[in-house]
Amino acid sequence: MSFAAQGIDTGDTAWLLAATALVLLMTPGLALFYGGMVRTKSVLNMLMMSFVSIALVTVVWLAAGYSLAFGDDTFGGLIGDLKHAGMSGLGPDSVHGTVPTLLFATFQLTFAIITAALISGAIADRAKFGAWLVFVPVWALLVYVPVAHWVWGPGGWVLDTLGALDFAGGLPVEITSGASGLALALVLGPRLGFKKDAMRPHNLPMVILGAGLLWFGWFGFNAGSALGANGLAAAAFLNTLAAGCTGLLGWLFVEQKRDGHPTTLGAASGAVAGLVAITPSCGSVSLLGALVVGLAAGVVCSYAVGWKFKLNYDDSLDVVGVHLVGGVIGTLLIGVFAVKEMTGGTEGLLYGGGLAQLGKQLVAVVAVGAYAFLVTYGLGKLIDKVLGFRADEEHEHTGLDLTVHAETAYDHGVLGHGAPVGASSVPSAQKVKTQA
Amino acid sequence: MKLITAIVKPYRLDEVKTALQEIGVHGLTATEASGYGRQRGHTEVYRGAEYQVDLVPKVRIEVVVDDADADPVIDAIVRAARTGKIGDGKVWALPVETVVRVRTGERGPDAL
Repeated sequence: MSFAAQGIDTGDTAWLLAATALVLLMTPGLALFYGGMVRTKSVLNMLMMSFVSIALVTVVWLAAGYSLAFGDDTFGGLIGDLKHAGMSGLGPDSVHGTVPTLLFATFQLTFAIITAALISGAIADRAKFGAWLVFVPVWALLVYVPVAHWVWGPGGWVLDTLGALDFAGGLPVEITSGASGLALALVLGPRLGFKKDAMRPHNLPMVILGAGLLWFGWFGFNAGSALGANGLAAAAFLNTLAAGCTGLLGWLFVEQKRDGHPTTLGAASGAVAGLVAITPSCGSVSLLGALVVGLAAGVVCSYAVGWKFKLNYDDSLDVVGVHLVGGVIGTLLIGVFAVKEMTGGTEGLLYGGGLAQLGKQLVAVVAVGAYAFLVTYGLGKLIDKVLGFRADEEHEHTGLDLTVHAETAYDHGVLGHGAPVGASSVPSAQKVKTQA
Repeated sequence: MKLITAIVKPYRLDEVKTALQEIGVHGLTATEASGYGRQRGHTEVYRGAEYQVDLVPKVRIEVVVDDADADPVIDAIVRAARTGKIGDGKVWALPVETVVRVRTGERGPDAL
């Protein structure tokens, strides 16, 4: 096999292989981030909603998703074709730019996976697991795939016709997950005890560990989106680091002023908000722009997470406040901070580019946000009607770990050295069977 | 015989243990407890949402002693547990009818 003759660059390919693995790691990272924020009784269910998304999205992506998103355009920039359904026609020699097409498809798959998993934060503690298993693959095909085509697909209307910019997925990842999370939170309704009971995060060290893994993976997400081991990847990498830091500091600053304490959850949330906002803009803005984008997201998102209490929707883990709001901030600020050294031509308002680019960014945000919200709301309602999306009240009270998965995360109610009361060396399940 | 129960701040447990050992009390039972008196609870903040936590972590210490030892033991616990700040806790005593040492079957003060 002669890669060089077919345009495959080994440096670019090596970097994208690593970046793909980094992005895949973000989903287990998200599972820990979300898992730490829920109560003890449903941490395993929260982890599972992310983890199972890896399997569900991979299957539909390979079957049809990749082809519909990145195949040849069929309806004026709206959707691709089914030429590569089942990855047909693609082999080790297929080339996308300077990397193998199969690698590009896998890299893009990891984006689709985490986007679906992100939505689960909005419906934590109260969704039927079976309904989630149906929702994820259908949602990936109906919402993620078309938006990915609009933004990155050949002939997609957002980038190619409108001229809006989105480097690493502010529109397909952050805004679709945020708007879809809002839609599902409305379909399912608030958790039992919302606004009455204290629903405290049960494990903040787990939240920080998850946020750390997300941050680590985010370098693959953003710098990998350069699709090559090059200067643009380096600039996106640095912007990603910078914005995460100013997001973290911005959130802590607000907390100190407003609540009197800088919190661990605030630090983790602020870093994620900054990273969300720099996702669309990391390949378009200057370093100064990245610092401002992160700071703006940290400050604004720390207020936005309170909207749910005022407006009465229970977006449990703040998918709207962090991902939708952060994604909108980052996507719009491209219109302000874009520099031609990064974009190869387009300039934002601050650098003399006028209001034109800001307008394009706004159109893209509204179109993608509205599409994701409406389709997800319809799909959520349909699943709710056919299967029921909301867990039984008793299951929700008891906790989904025990009622759905027949497991609990922690060995509570124990006396001395962590041994369950009355435990012997015989596993209890075995004992039960013997007795029966 | 008396059962002396003390609810104290968790970080005073070691001081109370030491004080009791110094006056010759060799055994005690400590249990994690939570509750509130005049201290009430505290406020926690998660992403700007405030939660009022009423129950404060405490340690419950129980000792059974001979009648004559009750007052010195109570005094020792109070001395060791006192910080002078609100939430220091309470100590009370109740009469005990029988005590049996499980290992030997001894009863009454001999079992202490």
